[in-house]
Amino acid sequence: MIEILIVFIKIVCALVWFLLLTLYLTWLERKESAVIQDRIGANRASIFGIRILGLFQPFADAIKMIFKEDFVPAFSRKFLHTLAPFISFFFVAITISAIPFGDSIRIGERTISLQILDFNVGLLFILAMLSLGIYGIILSGWASNNRYTLIGGLRGTAQLISYEVALGLSLIGLIMVFPSLKLSAIVHYQGELIFGFLPKWGIFLQPLGFLVFLFAALAETKRAPFDLPEAESEIIGFFAEYGGLKWGLFMMTDFMEIIVVSTLLTTLFFGGWQVPWMAADGFHWPWGGEWLLSHWLVVVFQVAAFNIKVFFFCWLQILIRWTYPRFRYDQLMDMGWKLLIPLSLVNIVGTGIVMSIL
Amino acid sequence: MIKALGYFIEIIRGIVITSRHFFVNMFFHILKVLGIKTKRKGAVTIQYPEQKKEIAARHRSLHRLMAREDGKPRCVACMLCVTVCPSECIYVEAAEDPDLEMQKYPSKFIIDIGRCCFCGFCVEACPEDAIRMDSGEIDFAGYTRDDLVYDLDKLLR
Ligand code: SF4
Ligand code: SF4
Repeated sequence: MIEILIVFIKIVCALVWFLLLTLYLTWLERKESAVIQDRIGANRASIFGIRILGLFQPFADAIKMIFKEDFVPAFSRKFLHTLAPFISFFFVAITISAIPFGDSIRIGERTISLQILDFNVGLLFILAMLSLGIYGIILSGWASNNRYTLIGGLRGTAQLISYEVALGLSLIGLIMVFPSLKLSAIVHYQGELIFGFLPKWGIFLQPLGFLVFLFAALAETKRAPFDLPEAESEIIGFFAEYGGLKWGLFMMTDFMEIIVVSTLLTTLFFGGWQVPWMAADGFHWPWGGEWLLSHWLVVVFQVAAFNIKVFFFCWLQILIRWTYPRFRYDQLMDMGWKLLIPLSLVNIVGTGIVMSIL
Repeated sequence: MIKALGYFIEIIRGIVITSRHFFVNMFFHILKVLGIKTKRKGAVTIQYPEQKKEIAARHRSLHRLMAREDGKPRCVACMLCVTVCPSECIYVEAAEDPDLEMQKYPSKFIIDIGRCCFCGFCVEACPEDAIRMDSGEIDFAGYTRDDLVYDLDKLLR
């Protein structure tokens, strides 16, 4: 009974974290783009005249979207049209269940890992769920029964399928180095040190794999410079026939994908919740000396480290989105099939050679 | 290969430029939050309803009719502005003026601002300098179209 309760609490906490971060990413996206372009950004939303940098803006947006008319075009396939945004949303939201937010906490006799479910195949699970999210795009493009959305949906599908391959292949090298698909195990492996001072993070062992994964994952989020399915300026995109909260779900899916990609980058390549040189009882500096901490402080440090890394990658992705123009479709396909996939193959072979020598 | 390297350098340059803007502007925003006054601002935005930019002297804003010393409009109802107006939004009805100098005056002078395209031809056409567009008013949106029909009372200032 108490086990179920604990899992339930973990689910609620993780979802609240996920959705709040999603909401505030919309705010961050506006603010960051504004600061990059020497503007101020949305700062008018206020509650009783209190503005604090427009921090209430996401809630204003949410309220606006909830009260908009739920419009379904007469020519669309109604059931699938309604189903599509929920499919998109669901398959992204469920990936959070495999992400480790921190090591375990001890309450009395009980150890609770800060992860909803520690799958044996956590990594595969996340990749599979991200791929299933494509169905939302195809369905929305097709069920809207509109040529533009269909083109958007097809482009989205083609893009995601080709980048899925590179995404998977780029991780094989990583799995060879950290021999597990269990995300908590991968994070634990990254707690060790190489040469006695460098944290054994994925980025140091797999720099090429990291680059390929980064590009493929950026393409996976369907945002500029890879926003071909949407392409506001030309084909409008697969969710052109949506309005109100359903459109909002697609938008949230976009931002949630950013977070998922950030958590994956953090977990796989930047040590997850590992703080450099920190073990379960405190810091052990490589130059000697140590700083011992209580259990709860260690947990706080770990969760904070995880969050900071995730925030950084969210920030970086938004920066990239506001820096680069869009690829042409053939360039996109070229980059996927002719650059990223060969590079990830090279990475696998290189990793194999180095590992057999060492 | 060399070409690809060139692209790569440009890609890096792009992100350096945007992140430089981000960090420099963020620095000045933070200084402002801390209450430190700097000459340079983090953003070039003018927060419109609270802060207003000065209107240039030649800016064509809401029309106004000039008055003579006795408060009557200078307009002599010659219909030149009505004729020249490309949007056909001026309506003038002439009436006889007892003053022999003037002979005519507008008993009705209506401008439908909703149709006006602010070309300023009416100002150019007027032989009496009776109509000008220098009131400096630029925010005259209304809730109905009728709010935007300005008659003599509203125009004569
Ligand atoms: S500004 Fe142009 S459009 Fe407007 S009333 Fe004068 S002549 Fe007509
Ligand atoms: S051109 Fe001048 S004088 Fe003639 S009708 Fe128009 S405002 Fe009056």
